[in-house]
Amino acid sequence: MRSALDIAQSVRAGGSARAAVEATVAAVAARNEELNVFLHVDADAALAEADAIDARVAAGEDPGILAGVPVAIKDNICQTGVPTTCSSKILEGWRPPYNATVIDRLRAAGAIPFGKTNLDEFAMGSSTENSAFGPTRNPLDPSRVPGGSSGGSAAAVAANMTPLSLGSDTGGSIRQPAALCGLVGVKPTYGLVSRYGLIAFASSLDQIGPFAHSVTDAALLLEAISGHDPLDSTSLPEPAPSLVAHVNDGVAGKRVAWVRELVEGADESVVASVEKAREALRDAGATIVELSIPELRLGLSAYYLIAPAEASSNLARYDGVRFGQRVDGEDVTAMMEATRTAGFGAEVKRRIMLGTYALSAGYFDAYYGQALKVRTLMIEAFSRAYGEADMLLGATTPSVAFEFGSKTKDPMAMYLSDVFTIPTNLAGDAAISVPVGTGEAGLPIGVQLLGPGRSEASLFAAARVLEKAEGRS
Amino acid sequence: MSLPRGWEMVIGLEVHTELLTKTKLFCGCANDFGAEPNTNVCPICLGLPGSLPVINREAVELAMRIGLALNCRIQDSTFHRKNYFYPDMPKDYQVSQYDVPINTEGYLDLPDGYRVRIERAHMEEDTGKTTHLGTSGRIHGAERSLVDYNRSGVPLVEIVSGPDMRTSAQARAYVAELRAILVAVGASDGRMEEGSMRVDANVSVRKSGEPFGTRCEIKNVNSLRSLVRAIEYEALRQIEVLEDGGTIRQETRHWDEDRGETSTLRSKEQAEDYRYFLEPDLVPLAPSAEWRANVAAHLPALPAALRRELSDLVGEVTDAQADTIATVVDLSLHDYVLAAVAAGVPVTLALSRAANEVASQIDQRSQLSTEAFIDTIRRENAGEISATQSKDVLLTVLATGSTPAQIIADKGYVQMASDDLTGIIDGIIAANPDDWARFVEGDPKVVQFFIGQVMKATKGQANGKTVTEILNAKRG
Repeated sequence: MRSALDIAQSVRAGGSARAAVEATVAAVAARNEELNVFLHVDADAALAEADAIDARVAAGEDPGILAGVPVAIKDNICQTGVPTTCSSKILEGWRPPYNATVIDRLRAAGAIPFGKTNLDEFAMGSSTENSAFGPTRNPLDPSRVPGGSSGGSAAAVAANMTPLSLGSDTGGSIRQPAALCGLVGVKPTYGLVSRYGLIAFASSLDQIGPFAHSVTDAALLLEAISGHDPLDSTSLPEPAPSLVAHVNDGVAGKRVAWVRELVEGADESVVASVEKAREALRDAGATIVELSIPELRLGLSAYYLIAPAEASSNLARYDGVRFGQRVDGEDVTAMMEATRTAGFGAEVKRRIMLGTYALSAGYFDAYYGQALKVRTLMIEAFSRAYGEADMLLGATTPSVAFEFGSKTKDPMAMYLSDVFTIPTNLAGDAAISVPVGTGEAGLPIGVQLLGPGRSEASLFAAARVLEKAEGRS
Repeated sequence: MSLPRGWEMVIGLEVHTELLTKTKLFCGCANDFGAEPNTNVCPICLGLPGSLPVINREAVELAMRIGLALNCRIQDSTFHRKNYFYPDMPKDYQVSQYDVPINTEGYLDLPDGYRVRIERAHMEEDTGKTTHLGTSGRIHGAERSLVDYNRSGVPLVEIVSGPDMRTSAQARAYVAELRAILVAVGASDGRMEEGSMRVDANVSVRKSGEPFGTRCEIKNVNSLRSLVRAIEYEALRQIEVLEDGGTIRQETRHWDEDRGETSTLRSKEQAEDYRYFLEPDLVPLAPSAEWRANVAAHLPALPAALRRELSDLVGEVTDAQADTIATVVDLSLHDYVLAAVAAGVPVTLALSRAANEVASQIDQRSQLSTEAFIDTIRRENAGEISATQSKDVLLTVLATGSTPAQIIADKGYVQMASDDLTGIIDGIIAANPDDWARFVEGDPKVVQFFIGQVMKATKGQANGKTVTEILNAKRG
């Protein structure tokens, strides 16, 4: 499929945005039934937007760096008038009366938001099997999961339906599916991309980011959506960083750390890919150092207290009073109970209960309070590591894409697929997953580069080195 | 009211006040009392999925003014989420300051000098408003409930006193003085009846000198009068229980204004676990030193200082005048009076017009400029218009926003010339020969009768002083 950069350059030079959207519509028609990628598509609206872009170019305007590029949107991002479900029955039929900031930013860059993609309900999961509207299949092997929670957005790009998509990453929900689908996926620095209009799972961890086939395309999309937003109090104060201009900066002179805790427990093929990446970076002029950051092992436990605690509060508003589904009851309390019982799936209920418990009087200090302390330790440990290295190298996930049902019976096994990605969210830092090598059944493996806050430009440059070493230019 | 011998009340008060900001605490919706239900709402104050709060600078400024006026320490602060389900709370949690409030450790001096400690004055958002249809008027037994989210997200400051008051009169004085302070600093309209200022009273009793007893919190107190009644009822109830050998359970009680009694709302055991945690959608509130200094520098004069200033202008202050001064200060009408005095009008006249005519139409005060107030009472003082006309001019300005000159012209409020008056007075004398005879004999009370008759005949256009002069001249 044509790259986003190629489409945008061609559209800006008088090519056809309509043709780009038509290609997407055809690809969706061909495989969406099989893969269950999109929960909602409005082809006519997207074509109308494409025509408007084409008309603007014809009138001498420049629609922007993503002119005419269709971008699939994870269905936890609000778009005016477009059904937004978070893959939950509780929000079925709800149409937000407002746009997320990223939707406005996409349009301001000439992009065309195209359809809403499937996810684990309220972004809680690592396989997209927790969707109330059925699982999404991995386009590379439909017997396997695409990862999650942004499985639909990963599959949209992997199946060449759209050149780009937006996901959200709370504990690895972009990087893990990117790895399992052979894509570039980015968890930006907390606050780089506005969360306004992203339906919250865990507010202090959530961050919107891009999926793409290439590092350059991912940089293009991230550049378009990032920068300060007055509607998000946690938004970083500065404007969007310049990323595309720096993707070919290389890694000469950079110190890259091989981190033991970011590969331990991973499959052999995964470790081999990380080693391959290490050598590629060394060949490109990076200095390789070895580090151990034992605090990273605490990430999973801290995450599974902090994220559910915030979720238990964030998901309280789905009470049947104002929007979404309502199941009637004797009185208002019974109505709320019936609505939430019928509307939420098992994993969401599990996390609401976990979080409610962790915040309860008498347990707060032992659980949530303790997790916050661990989070602080983690931030300090990362900060020490970034004194010794410019970036950290490790695996994105312990294995390649797994088969349906293989982890659904055991929540802990499922949670462990995010063990390498979670620490970055707890620290509020940046990380990128890029495909390096293959494993079982020729399935792709993702290698992860982690950097401190605002290090996106150097992470993209390093990822580009790996991409070129893999023969993808 | 006096308690049975040896008993003493211990009262602490929690006062919530809505802030007079243009917009809500976390969104741009108008903070406007009385609009059509659910018209001042947006994705943020409706708690729609994906929406996020952004703190309102004006609310922070008013909260700091309250803190300064209550002698508090202003500090960098944080917001928490208070989690509980209720249909009029859109997010099913309330964003409120918890362990680190913006204002802490202050005090308020009552007019008699008694000092009440202020533990904290923190910011939070208001909820929507539920109307329960059905017989009870409360959620239990309601057939249907309607929710208006216009109030959802309106900024509140909650002022928590120490358990320092020992009588219901002190509690009343505390709320009255606090209200005057809130109005004076422009933070609140101070209206208890409309719910823009709400008081919860923590009441316990003890034998003098003993440690504090178990307290009960009383809710639904909507006026100063019911505050006093509720506290007294509750103290007597607790004493009765204790004297009968019982114990007081810590609980929240509801004041029933009609029945004049409190009843259990929920016990401590039934109290919700609010699962407070730091609100991740907001960043710590850290007003710059420059901002704080600027707020302090522009803090308006406080009620105690204003009462002193006005009293000094009057000189010998009678009880009635003290009340008038208190009214003027409570309603924050002192600017009119001080400006009028500066323009040469007697302070007593200015106080009287402010405490009566202006106070009676306080909702309309924005219609009345200081200039219009001065213009009107200066004309009255100079005899250009009568007292009756002057009052009417003020009321008309308040109602319409027109200028005194325009109103006087429109209504023909010119003082009648002496020549015209003489003719009218002659007619009245002729029609009331007995009264005239008494006047001539020197009965001073009859003057008022004649002035009244003349006013009636002239529709208030006569100047009382001029009428008296003409009458005296005719008597010879």
